[in-house]
Amino acid sequence: MQELKEGTSEQLAVDRWEERTLNPALARRPERKQRFQTVSLAEVNRLYSPADLTQLDFAEEISFPGEFPYTRGIHPTGYRGKLWTMRQFAGFGTPEETNARFKYLLKEGQTGLSVAYDLPALMGYDADSPLSEGEVGKCGVAVSSLADMEALFDGIPMENVTVSQTINAPASVFLAMYLVVAEKQGADWKKISGTLQNDILKEYIAQKEWIYPIRPAMKLVIDTFEFCTNNVPRYNPISISGYHIREAGATAVQELAFTLRDGIEYVQWGIDAGLDLEAFVPRLSFFFNAHNDFFEEIAKYRAARRIWARVMRDRFDASNERTKQLRFHTQTAGVSLTVQQPLNNIVRVAIQALAGVLGGTQSLHTDAYDEALALPTDQAALIALRTQQIIAEETGVANTVDPLGGSYFVEALTKKMEDGALDYFDRIDRMGGMVEAVEKGFPQRELQESAYQYQKALERGDQTIVGVNKYEMENEPQEVPILVIDESVRKHQLDRLEQTRARRDKGAVNRSLDNLRRAAQRADNTMPATIESVRAYATLGEICSALRDVYGIYEEPAI
Amino acid sequence: MDQSSRKIRVLVAKPGLDGHDRGAKVIARALRDAGMEVIYTGLRQTPEMIATAALQEDVDAVGVSILSGAHNTLCPRIISLLREQGMNDCLVIVGGIVPEDDIPKLKEQGVSAIFLPGTSTQDIVKFIRVNVKPRE
Repeated sequence: MQELKEGTSEQLAVDRWEERTLNPALARRPERKQRFQTVSLAEVNRLYSPADLTQLDFAEEISFPGEFPYTRGIHPTGYRGKLWTMRQFAGFGTPEETNARFKYLLKEGQTGLSVAYDLPALMGYDADSPLSEGEVGKCGVAVSSLADMEALFDGIPMENVTVSQTINAPASVFLAMYLVVAEKQGADWKKISGTLQNDILKEYIAQKEWIYPIRPAMKLVIDTFEFCTNNVPRYNPISISGYHIREAGATAVQELAFTLRDGIEYVQWGIDAGLDLEAFVPRLSFFFNAHNDFFEEIAKYRAARRIWARVMRDRFDASNERTKQLRFHTQTAGVSLTVQQPLNNIVRVAIQALAGVLGGTQSLHTDAYDEALALPTDQAALIALRTQQIIAEETGVANTVDPLGGSYFVEALTKKMEDGALDYFDRIDRMGGMVEAVEKGFPQRELQESAYQYQKALERGDQTIVGVNKYEMENEPQEVPILVIDESVRKHQLDRLEQTRARRDKGAVNRSLDNLRRAAQRADNTMPATIESVRAYATLGEICSALRDVYGIYEEPAI
Repeated sequence: MDQSSRKIRVLVAKPGLDGHDRGAKVIARALRDAGMEVIYTGLRQTPEMIATAALQEDVDAVGVSILSGAHNTLCPRIISLLREQGMNDCLVIVGGIVPEDDIPKLKEQGVSAIFLPGTSTQDIVKFIRVNVKPRE
């Protein structure tokens, strides 16, 4: 790269500037540090100029918004047509408590819902499982059966509000519950839109809430693709997530690479199962982190769109525009929030959110400032939402499309992100694919290494966290109220579970679970039998247990 | 200060259903780099499994990583199981998201230290070195 640049008029101009202007200035005053680096510990140059973009063909690499390769966004009008969806992730305690929070957020101008489920739900256990003790309703809302789901969406019109559900290993069960509740509200499945996270690969890589071994878990994901394509065509059956990969320690390039390579894996599995690429791929959505390093993040989102468009065209021969357009949700980086001087988090979140917006996100969650301490209070959740409204309606950044397009720095960084991701694609392809790479522990090891290197950089003082390793205060000046979830939630949930079990038709429950086991054994699509089980009020734990009977459980290899 | 040649042995434990293991793994590696023998339990260990592993591995300290809010249920149980097996000198330290108000309670129940997000791994290394009871 360096060699090619030499001798160009752009490079000669840089050389001249360095000699005439820069070097004398450096002689008078050296820079603050030897090396300037991003939060991913990637080096940043002093200056970017046309010399960094001589290899970049405008039409090929940057182009126009709404046109291939979508570097500048998928919509020709950016946010001038429609703002991003303000979708705050919420869930705690009982379904009734979370339902009230949803209504509060909608009343305050939020435009979509996003459900956080508790750990027992994420792991496929009922609230009365011994393994659920101490965890019911703590990290999200407690849901063990359709009865809880009915309470969760009571009075929320599911045909009109898009709902995102953060659930993975038992995602097909939650999709079924969602559809049955919608049906009971009289909603038409053809009109429902929303998103199921349902990204099991990143569970094995980063988030680690798994149930079944990888391959049957992938089969369940493909079942939802097929079912939604045929029956719930406006629903996104997956949100392929880099968020958790980043939180677990990945650099920006690793987040980008592993997420998109996961996406390729899902597409390949879908094709191998006989699905029509142009029918199911447009409904695959993505989910990225917005971390502290402003420009690195913006470059990451722009690179993501470009890489995906090219992968769909060149690797999969996609022809429809929709199939090549990467749509994504963004969440600000939970890992960047500090317990120390927690109000500082409001500022961090605002800057991270701005990066998401300048990167062209379709929807956004802004973290509440108290999330390093506990789940957010009403007041903290409100400030988080207001942050988005201020960005959208006061700053002017939504007035023009891709305002940073053409920036020497941003374009050079976008290219660097892309190159870094493609390099990882090669390594993973050589392993046989992402499932194989995960089985070998490759992405897991990469993340662990990055997490450790980052911690060391922090402790050396190479990276600064205000209030933590710089500007610390002996006496914390800020006391913030905390949302406390007590054990009465568990009691409430156990009571409803007991009533549900007593009231339902036990014969119907057993028959439906037998049908589900049979579908799993025959490798049929499991969705119809899952829906039947949910309708009969089989519990989450019972349904997952039926599938465990057939599929077994995942054991993490030592990494 | 421990003058014996025996390396300090630490069990890094991850109880409960939570899968956030970035902290546990970073700590495990930092303690190892500081010359300690570290055993990591893996995810989703019950208090019983953790206590059994602590005994079998004959550790000087158990580091419990919890981010889910289940600390008030899980920590007292781990401590009482350790004490039941006669491991009275075994340090129990907790790392993760623990609200201020819960800290005095946990200390009363026998947790030696609670390290919140933002703690330097070197502070944890130091704490363990200073507080582990020397072996006879």
